[in-house]
Amino acid sequence: MGLEVVNLTARIGEKTVLKNVSLNVNYGEVHAIMGPNGSGKSSLAYVIMGREIYEVVDGDILLDGESIKDLPPEERAIKGIFLAMQDPPQVPGVRLSSLIIAAANKKLGGEGELGRPRDPRILKRMMELAKEIGLDPSILQREVNVGFSGGERKRSEILQALLLDPKIVILDEPDSGLDIDGIKIVAQYINKLREQGKGVMLITHYARLLQYVKPDRVTVLIGGEVVATDGYELARLVEEKGYAYVKQAFRKGSAQG
Amino acid sequence: MGEMVELKKELLGGVDLAEQLLGREKPVKVEVEIKGKITKDMIEEISRIKKEPEWMKRLRLRSLELFYKLPWPKWLTGIESINLEEMVLYSRPEVQGPAKSWDELPKEIREYYEKLGLPELEARFLSGLSTVFDSETVYARVKKYLEEKGVIVLPMEEAVRKYPDLVKQYFMRIFPPSDHKFAALHGALWSGGTFIYVPKGVKIREPIESFFLIGRSGEGQFEHSLIVADEGAYVEWIEGCSAPRLSRFSFHDGMVEAYAHRNATIKIITVQNWSKDVINLNNKRGIAEDGARIDWIEGSIGSKITYVYPSTVLKGDNSATRNTVVTIAKGPHIKDSGSKVIHVGKNTRSQIINKTISADGGINIYRGIVRVLRGAKNATANVECESLILDDKSKAHTYPHNQVDEPTASVNHEATTGRLTEQQLFYLTSRGLDEDEAKSLVVLGFLDEILGELPFEYAQVLTRVVQLEFSKYGAFG
Repeated sequence: MGLEVVNLTARIGEKTVLKNVSLNVNYGEVHAIMGPNGSGKSSLAYVIMGREIYEVVDGDILLDGESIKDLPPEERAIKGIFLAMQDPPQVPGVRLSSLIIAAANKKLGGEGELGRPRDPRILKRMMELAKEIGLDPSILQREVNVGFSGGERKRSEILQALLLDPKIVILDEPDSGLDIDGIKIVAQYINKLREQGKGVMLITHYARLLQYVKPDRVTVLIGGEVVATDGYELARLVEEKGYAYVKQAFRKGSAQG
Repeated sequence: MGEMVELKKELLGGVDLAEQLLGREKPVKVEVEIKGKITKDMIEEISRIKKEPEWMKRLRLRSLELFYKLPWPKWLTGIESINLEEMVLYSRPEVQGPAKSWDELPKEIREYYEKLGLPELEARFLSGLSTVFDSETVYARVKKYLEEKGVIVLPMEEAVRKYPDLVKQYFMRIFPPSDHKFAALHGALWSGGTFIYVPKGVKIREPIESFFLIGRSGEGQFEHSLIVADEGAYVEWIEGCSAPRLSRFSFHDGMVEAYAHRNATIKIITVQNWSKDVINLNNKRGIAEDGARIDWIEGSIGSKITYVYPSTVLKGDNSATRNTVVTIAKGPHIKDSGSKVIHVGKNTRSQIINKTISADGGINIYRGIVRVLRGAKNATANVECESLILDDKSKAHTYPHNQVDEPTASVNHEATTGRLTEQQLFYLTSRGLDEDEAKSLVVLGFLDEILGELPFEYAQVLTRVVQLEFSKYGAFG
C-alpha cells in the first residue's frame, strides 16, 4: 500500500522527461529521489500530482492499488496526495489562510461556501502550527507566496502539508535556499510526517538534508531514468563519489548482475 | 461525484446567473404598452399618461429633437442591431399605484422580488425601497423617520408632480440630453426611477435602495433617478438591476444624476446583474459643491454588453470623489467601463479604482478620463486600473486619458494586468480546488479590498454572485 509508480513514461511537448520509471513510496517511509539538475525529479512530482502540461505516454500511477493516472489534480489531492512545490508561485490577492480554509473544506467534502471553514478548529490549528514551525502567524493573512522569503515559502508548503493531512507527501527540494537552521526545522517536520505514518517522497539533489532525515530508501534518477535504487547507503555513495560515478557503477552492476 | 451534483451541473449548463436566480421570463399583465416609431405624438402620450407639467413635456420634446439630430456616438458600438421601433418603449404593468406592501403586488411580480431577497433586505437593512418593474415604480415604501426628518423619497414621476420647482433645478441639468444621442433618447422616453432629497444637515445612515427589473423581452427601460443632498447632508443610495432570462434582447438606457451641495456626501452603490439578453447603457453623473463628496461603487456583472462611466464634476473647492468600478466579463460579453472626473475647484481630490475580470472569452475595456481645469489649484487625482485575465481567450484593454491644464495639480495613473497562469492554476488545483473554485478564489482575492468597502449585506451578495459565476454548482446545497 502507498504510492506506486509503474513503468511511467511521460513527456512535455515533444520532450520525453520520464522513461519507464518505477518506484514505490510506502507509508511510514521516506523515499529520497536524488539526481542532478534536469534529471526529471520535478517532472516526476508534477506527473504524480497530475499537472496537465505533462502527458503520460505509458505506465501507471497507483494510490493504494487504485489508478489515479487519469484524475485531475484536485481529485488526487482529495485522495491524499500533497505536493510541496520547489518554487511555489505567488497568487496575488489570495490570502494564505483563505487557501488553507478552502483546501481543508474540500478535503472534508460536502458542499457549501469555500470561504467559511466547515471545521472551525482549522483556524486555531493553522495559527499554532505556523508558530511551531517558526512562521509568524501574520503570514496567514498575507497573499500566498507574495513577498515571502525563501524560507517562508518552504515552511508555508510544509505548514499546508501538515494541516491538510495527506497520505503521501511529495517534497520537491524542501531544503533549497535554506540555511542550516532552516534545514533542521524542515527535517524535523519531515521526520514527523514519517512518524505519523505518511509516505514521504523527498526530492533533493544534495545529500545534506539526508543527514537529518535518514531515508528508508533512495532512488537516483538521471536523464529521466531510474539508475539505482537502494537503502540509505546509496545517498552516501552519491555524496562521496557523485552522480557520474553512481551511474557508471550501477550500470556495470546491472550488466554484471 | 454525487448524482445530485451531476444533475445540478446538467441543469445549470449554459444558464446565466440572473437566470439561475430569476428563471425565464413569465407573462405579466400589462395595462399600457407603447411601441413603434418614436414620434412627437408618442412622447406627448407618455407625458399625458404621467400627468406631467408643461416644462417636463417640453424637456421630453426637446430631447426628442436632439435624439434625431445627434450623430451615433462613436464609442457606442455593438448595439447597432437594436431596432428601437420594434421595442416596447413604455410598458406599465397592471399594478395599483406603487404598492406599500408586498401583498398588494401581483404574484408573478412579487415572486421575482422574493427570489431576489428584497423583502428581507428591506426589513433588516434599508431605510427605504422602491422597485421599478418595466417602466413604472410598482412598490415604494420608506421608514417613517425619513418623513419626519423631511427626506423626500418618491417615484420620479410623483416627485415631478409634487415638487416641480425642486426637481426642475436638477433634472437633466447635471446630465443634459444634448450630451449624446442616447442621453437625448433617455430624456424623451424616461420613465420610472427614484427621486431622493435629503434636507440640510440630515444624515441618513441606513441606505435607500431602488431595484430595477426588466420583466420582458424586447423592452426598453429608461429609468431616471435623481439624488440631491442639501448642505451637510449624508445619504447612501443602492441601485440593483436584474432580469430573468428573456427570449429577445432588451435595452436599458437609464440615468442617474446626483447633486451634493456644500459639505454633503452622497454614496451610490450599484449591483448590476442583468441577464445576458440585456444591452445595458448607463448615464451617471454627479456634481459636488464646496467640501462635498460623491462616491460611486459600481459592480457590473451581468448583461450582454455594458457601457458604464460613473462621472463626477468636482465643482466646489475641497470637494472629493472616489469611483470604484468592478466589472466581470465572463463568456461572450463586453464590459465597457471607465470613471470620469472633472476637477474644477481648488484642492479637489479624486480617486479612481477600476478592477476588471475577464474570463471565458470575455472582454473588458476601460476608458476613463481625468480632466483638471486651469484654476483647480492643488487638485490631486489617483487612478488605479487593475485587470485580471483568467484564460487565453479573454481580453482586457485600458485606455486612460488625462488632460491636465493646471500646473499645480498632481495626477497619478497606475495600470496592472494580471493573468492567471497555468502554474498558479495547477498550484491551486493541487490543493484540492477544482478549476472553477480556484478561479473564484482568485477573483474574490482580487476584489478583497472592494468587498471590504461594501455594506456587509452587499459584500455577501457580490461574493455569492462571484462564486456562482465561477462555479457550475458550488453555491447550491
